[in-house]
Amino acid sequence: MAETVSDHTTATGPGAVSDSGLQVTDLRVAYGRRRGRVEVVKGVSLAIAPGETLGMVGESGSGKTTIGRALLGLAPVAGGTITFRGQDITSLPRSRRRALARDIQVVFQDPYSSLNPSMTIEDILVEPLRVAGVADGRTRVRELLEQVGLPDDAGERYPNEFSGGQRQRIAIARALALRPGLIICDEPTSALDLTTQAKVLGLLRRIQRETGAAYLFISHDLGVVREVSDRIAVLREGAIVETGDSEQVSLRPAHPYTRRLQLATPVPDPDVQARRRQRRRELMEAGA
Amino acid sequence: MVNVIVMRLLRATAVFFVVTFVTFAIVYAKPAAIARNVVGISATDAAVQAEVTELGLDRPLLEQYRHWLAGLFQGDLGQSFFTGQPVLTTLGIRFPVTLALMLLSLVLTVVLSVLIGVASAVRGGWPDRLLQILSVVGAAVPSFIMAIGLVFAFSIAIPLFPATGYVSPDVSLGDWAASVTLPVAAILVGSVASAAAQFRGAVKEVLERDFVRTLRARGMSERAIVYRHVLRNAGGPALTVLSLLTIGLLGGVVIIEQVFALPGMGALVAGAASQGDVPVVMGCVAVTVVLVSVVNLLTDVLIAVLNPKARVS
Amino acid sequence: MTAELPAAPGDTVGRPAAPRGRRDWVGRLLRNPMAVACMVFLLATVLFGLAGPWLAPHPPGATQLDAVNARPFTPGHLLGGDGSGRDILSRLMWGTQRTLFACVIILCSAVIVGVPAGLVAGYRGGAADSLINWVSDLVMTLPGIVLLIALYTLTGPNLVLAMAVFGVLVAPSYVRLVRGVVLGVRSELYVDAAKAVGLSDARIIGRHILWAVRAPVIIQSSFVLGAGIAIQAAVDFLGLGDPSKASWGVMLQESFANIYTNGWSVVWPATLITWTSLALVLLGNALRDALQVGASRHTLPRRARQRLAALLAEKAGAELAEEAATERPERAAAGEALLSVRGVRVAYPSTDGSAAEVVQGVDLDVRKGEIRGLVGESGSGKTQTACSVLGLLSPQALVGGSVVFDGEDLIADPAAQARARGRRIAYIPQEPMTNLDPCFTVGAQLVYGLRAVRRLGRQEARHELLALLARVGIKEPEHVFGLYPHEISGGMAQRVLICGAIAADPDLIIADEPTTALDVRVQAEVLDLLRELRDERGLGMILVTHNFGVVADLCDAVSVMRDGRIVESGDVRTVLRDPRHPYTQELLSSTRVVDLAEVATDG
Repeated sequence: MAETVSDHTTATGPGAVSDSGLQVTDLRVAYGRRRGRVEVVKGVSLAIAPGETLGMVGESGSGKTTIGRALLGLAPVAGGTITFRGQDITSLPRSRRRALARDIQVVFQDPYSSLNPSMTIEDILVEPLRVAGVADGRTRVRELLEQVGLPDDAGERYPNEFSGGQRQRIAIARALALRPGLIICDEPTSALDLTTQAKVLGLLRRIQRETGAAYLFISHDLGVVREVSDRIAVLREGAIVETGDSEQVSLRPAHPYTRRLQLATPVPDPDVQARRRQRRRELMEAGA
Repeated sequence: MVNVIVMRLLRATAVFFVVTFVTFAIVYAKPAAIARNVVGISATDAAVQAEVTELGLDRPLLEQYRHWLAGLFQGDLGQSFFTGQPVLTTLGIRFPVTLALMLLSLVLTVVLSVLIGVASAVRGGWPDRLLQILSVVGAAVPSFIMAIGLVFAFSIAIPLFPATGYVSPDVSLGDWAASVTLPVAAILVGSVASAAAQFRGAVKEVLERDFVRTLRARGMSERAIVYRHVLRNAGGPALTVLSLLTIGLLGGVVIIEQVFALPGMGALVAGAASQGDVPVVMGCVAVTVVLVSVVNLLTDVLIAVLNPKARVS
Repeated sequence: MTAELPAAPGDTVGRPAAPRGRRDWVGRLLRNPMAVACMVFLLATVLFGLAGPWLAPHPPGATQLDAVNARPFTPGHLLGGDGSGRDILSRLMWGTQRTLFACVIILCSAVIVGVPAGLVAGYRGGAADSLINWVSDLVMTLPGIVLLIALYTLTGPNLVLAMAVFGVLVAPSYVRLVRGVVLGVRSELYVDAAKAVGLSDARIIGRHILWAVRAPVIIQSSFVLGAGIAIQAAVDFLGLGDPSKASWGVMLQESFANIYTNGWSVVWPATLITWTSLALVLLGNALRDALQVGASRHTLPRRARQRLAALLAEKAGAELAEEAATERPERAAAGEALLSVRGVRVAYPSTDGSAAEVVQGVDLDVRKGEIRGLVGESGSGKTQTACSVLGLLSPQALVGGSVVFDGEDLIADPAAQARARGRRIAYIPQEPMTNLDPCFTVGAQLVYGLRAVRRLGRQEARHELLALLARVGIKEPEHVFGLYPHEISGGMAQRVLICGAIAADPDLIIADEPTTALDVRVQAEVLDLLRELRDERGLGMILVTHNFGVVADLCDAVSVMRDGRIVESGDVRTVLRDPRHPYTQELLSSTRVVDLAEVATDG
């Protein structure tokens, strides 16, 4: 698989980003031991420049979530290197990682399980600040709430008083608390209703404009990814099959797998959809 | 499947050795005290020392244990310090009483608790309320107090059953039944309550799974869903409950025997322990551990039969 | 990465409302009269024991000849005297102290051994987990009482040691409990989030995990204390206690030997043991209720349910009558409908006796061979509506209105509904993996399902199903027939479920988000399959979904639901291209946000 990581399958961005952004080279992640060992990520290379959004699309089992977790130090890295702002962070111990926590943050998929139900919103938002030794937590909490469009008094309330979309805003506020350079968005809108999804995507875009944070945006949905990404990497069975400019990958995919993914996503018009269905069939019959 | 059985057998064997050795180390920890118990409190130190040598208690512990194990495999568990009777002979007389009580309680517990538990989970209503009351009473009233209550009610106030004593079924089946009725009843209240509540939980959990709804949508009758699919799925957790229950019953029987002065292993081991009759205590522990291992082994195999996923791991 | 779309929380009507804050569990406990009674009793018992040295009228061992087997209320001996002439009240006070002391030892040793072991096993996992589990399973299978007896030969009567050992023997119950809770919490994303912001393990355990463990440990402790009282008494009762010191068990043993001459002396210790255990068990139950709100769902008494059901039916009936009067043109065709849903309401009773209506008067028609999309966001009532057709709602649900299928009202006539279910109306669920029975092979459960609705021999059913499996796109039907559900993929499982649904040759299919849990490529294949089956068999179908792309791909007509009502309904082209209702417009515009433009290159 490593051989296929040639220049057009590597999600390396334009220009040299390795000093200021994220650079991942030949990342491998494996779970289990000996005979039960399964390699989930099989040599992935990618780069994200400051302020840029890299979308990562893949089906279940493609390893996309695992890559995000590896960047956060939550998955066992078996090979390759991860550097951020020129520093090798591949397998830092947790104590050393704490300094890094300022720079790489995360928004998870499930807004119900990502907030501790026993803590107030303020406690949740203060937690990262306290770890980082920020003194005036309360002021920052109010700022954050305003930034994600939640009322001031939200801080005193508990997560179960909020809807899915509002909870996801709280999770975004927590990720923003330390003004990170990179936010890993792991399917942040998949669990949300359509209308809420659109609003949260809008919020993420606005925050990027305001803060200049880079995103690694992970999703199974090519349409959602296209909406927020500058570039897109397509993942299949632990390896990147195609990467490129967002418009190109989502509209004129080069790889047949991306083609199939794209055509399989239904669009809300019966006749257009019928044509796409026809194309997908032809593609399948063509032996892809 | 064969793998599962072999693994469990190995585990059971390991458990047997660990538990018997630890117990052996505990009961044989003070050779002088054991010997003094045998020769009498007023005996001289020299006499005690002689007895220690006589009984072989001065040898290394591991060697004594090996000796005991070797004897076990040849059907020789030593002799009682006090009666001089071979331990195996004594156990041969005492153990069947305990086993009979246990099996009888077990069978009745299973039948009653499955009926009550399933009815309560599937139907709700009065079986459910009955179970709620039963489980509070069962958890709150220890079996030996239940036994005392039953003696008060059915032996003293209304003399229906004997308060004490045991009649072998070889002598008279009717008298045997009368002699075990109250002990078994005393055990059942607690055991049925706890087992039925757990069966209820297991069945309820399965009833709420998605596939049950799909089976209903297929037009399958509620009866077929419960008997074929729900019970089979609830079987695994229920069997685990049963194996723990069986072990619990053993403890319960040991105490109940004391209340009704039944000549079982409970009275034997309690008496032997207070006298310091170490070989008898060890013999009882060995029998108990074998029994427990057999129960666990059976449970594990049955679970593997019921649940295809358990067969793999 | 389990499911890409985590059960788009469905129409979660049944989700119990979480308590505000959760901090007021003490308040909830104090409002429960049973809990208060138990606590008062237990407190009184503790004081009774502690006060012994000062308030007991006699020393515990003092014998008086005139008190031998004295009856209760004898002057100077309120509860009477025992067989040796000792004052029972005094001995009970001293004995209470000793028994409670024993229980505290059991509790402490069990918690000190069990809780940390459970924390380590659950949080660390791996080898530590395996080892702790093995030891804990082993200890759990030990016959405790027999081991305590063996211990007695070494130590003689030694209350502290015996109870400490017993505590270790019950520690596995804490290990299992805590391990289970920790495993659950550890997989929660908020723990990952805490790691990502750089919290140390110690702080994560202190801040997130101990909190979750606290409630179950408190509840369990109440039950362990109850069991401790019983076991302490049992050990004494077996004659292995210290006869020179009074305890409940020793008193019980002595008085039981004397039961024929002095029955009363048995009653006092027996009562104390029973009542104290009872109080602890009831307190444990009350604690569980107070700490774990939502664990037990409230069911209304039958009378109240009937009243609510009547109200609902009346409301639906009135509405239907009103609509019949104002003849609406688009309903004229209702006669030719395969299924016609009119004014359906679904409500769930709440604890205060009112009912929350999640479906508020829905009308829906499905013609033969027509696929009707039912679209809405979570909580819109779309799944509830679909399930009311089949009678698959939870038993708590109250249903009103009418569902006419082939001339019969399925809601008014449950027998007709049962006849139609699985035979003429079939169901395809959302989550394929959890909708197959894990204990049976794919083939076995398909055969059972088919034979439940049609008179067929086993072999006939097998042949028919093998052919159908091949039809729904399963490559090696013979092989898959013998597999267990955990051995097949999600897409395959969904095909098996579709096969099960069409096996009885139904006229109508209710498909509840049938592709939501699948990857897009598998989704496309399943949609193709459903379309082909409709064309071959002239099936009518209600397709519940939240995805307008799926609607465009498969449906002929569509109804959009919001808050239990249908806001817009019509031909699929009309609704998708020219939506009238602002909500449909909003939904569609949100959809376009995540839409793909037309492929530019020519394939």
